[in-house]
Amino acid sequence: MAKRSDIQARAAMMRVRFEAAGGQVVDPPLLQPAGTLLDLYGEDIRARAYVTSDALRGEQMMRPDFTVPVVQMHMRDGAEPARYTYSGEVFRRQEHDPDRSNEYVQVGYEVFDRDDSAAADAEVFSLFALQLRGLSLRAATGDIGILIAAVQGLKTTERRKAALMRHLWRPRRFRALLDRFAGRSPVPASREALLASEDPMGFDAPMIGKRKAAEIEARIEALREDAAAGPISDTEMVGLDSLLAVRETMPFALEQLRDVAVDLPQISPALDRLEARIAALAARGVNVHDLDFEAAYGRTSMEYYDGFVFGFYAERRPDLPPIATGGRYDALTRQLGNGAEIPAVGGVLRPDLMLEIEEATQ
Amino acid sequence: MSLKLGVPSKGRLMEKTFAWFEKRGVSLSRTGSDREYAGKVEGIDNVQLVLLSAGEIPRELAAGRIHLGVTGADLVHEKLPRWEQQVEEIAPLGFGQADLIIAVPNCWVDVDTLDDLDAAASAFREVHGHRMRIATKYHRLVREFLTDSGVADFALVDSQGATEGTVANETAEGIADITSTGETLRANHLKILSDGLILRSQATLWRSREAQYSAHDKVTLETLLDMFDSAR
Repeated sequence: MAKRSDIQARAAMMRVRFEAAGGQVVDPPLLQPAGTLLDLYGEDIRARAYVTSDALRGEQMMRPDFTVPVVQMHMRDGAEPARYTYSGEVFRRQEHDPDRSNEYVQVGYEVFDRDDSAAADAEVFSLFALQLRGLSLRAATGDIGILIAAVQGLKTTERRKAALMRHLWRPRRFRALLDRFAGRSPVPASREALLASEDPMGFDAPMIGKRKAAEIEARIEALREDAAAGPISDTEMVGLDSLLAVRETMPFALEQLRDVAVDLPQISPALDRLEARIAALAARGVNVHDLDFEAAYGRTSMEYYDGFVFGFYAERRPDLPPIATGGRYDALTRQLGNGAEIPAVGGVLRPDLMLEIEEATQ
Repeated sequence: MSLKLGVPSKGRLMEKTFAWFEKRGVSLSRTGSDREYAGKVEGIDNVQLVLLSAGEIPRELAAGRIHLGVTGADLVHEKLPRWEQQVEEIAPLGFGQADLIIAVPNCWVDVDTLDDLDAAASAFREVHGHRMRIATKYHRLVREFLTDSGVADFALVDSQGATEGTVANETAEGIADITSTGETLRANHLKILSDGLILRSQATLWRSREAQYSAHDKVTLETLLDMFDSAR
């Protein structure tokens, strides 16, 4: 473990570099109102963040990340375009792995810019690569936007698309839904009985609770509509499977995805954006021919990212979490923006892990 | 030092635990007045009886303040996230059977599986502007179970008792609680989801992996385990 003072010094140095790149220093409070985070992440966040409370302000969370407060601050009174940098502690509950830290320093950089998303993606990635220069790390990239485009363009009902979108970040559940919508998994017996019933609401159980009869009827109606809708076609299913299997260096990945677009033409605009990003990265001096791209990358751990995603990993230390992660989160600005929105991309680095790797190699 | 055995301090759980040990040649009893939590052990030397609330026994085992303890698997799994590293299961005791389950109102004819629950939760949030609330005291187990099952848009609300009543009182839409016969659920117009079984629990004898064992304690433990084995 690196010394605390060394970690702080490294963090300060990295933040200065982000300042030099145009980042304005921000310092959000350690205690965050729990309501916003709970609304955004749901019950999961309780397992990951420390919750505390007082009688006056109610539930507060020990800052589990910087992105949410930085986005909130920008949406409230930020100028455009804007670049921010920060460094400080974040806190994560650890219940299963005693070797993982529950408190560590993050240094971050976030770009809010409407003009050129590809250039902003490339700016963030190349600045991160620069901060990490000298460490032998593997970079992984992906693009959640391609999968989103594929789902939204499926030739099926809006309800099914909404259900798939809702579970985009839960791969197992996403797969189960997809198999059902494609008619590949059997309908549960209880549902079959419900749909066959002439008068499903003709039960004698008392109506209790806040969920009213109209809501139950609406769901039965939705189930009937779904049962009447045709399955998602084999062509589209094959397209989705081959999309999710793409794992190549960037230019080859693009080539393979262009082939997938024959079955799923709806992804073409997202692929144009990927192509523009590859060009922007190359223009920044990134060796895109050696840079990995995985279409399924970022689906499990990075729930608010909805476009470009990236991470840097110490391959010889599989026990360590990623040294840096980041991505594009346009939808998050919409959710926290009270009607406003702005394209945004950014990420965080872990100076403690960087020092740990450096110490081990010396 | 002696081998400390933690046993629930009152009620049927205590009586049945005493009976289970009696059958194996170890006689446990409370001493002094009804209200005094002191106990006596006969049939084996070097064992000290510690009477505790069943809910505190997992913590005491994990801290190594008792060597052996009797409590439900539900409480051990809920309170000790790393229970396999902290305690060892010696024997299920064959009583105190209870299932931790998810239940929803009978009138929800459209909800029979976790998949249904997830879809209903999504629609519920749109209509009511808040997540579907599940009342429970088993926060960790329920959260992990629902998350693993891919249920989203739920919120856990704490309920330490009379959990089955929360739905009719509209402080929760569903519940996650232990049930043995299902009687209370039926009386409160609730049904168990067909794939809503989180954990089968019963009273269990655990050994702490964290406690210090002197040479004498180790011999005592061996003797005790032999007595349990020969009673089978």
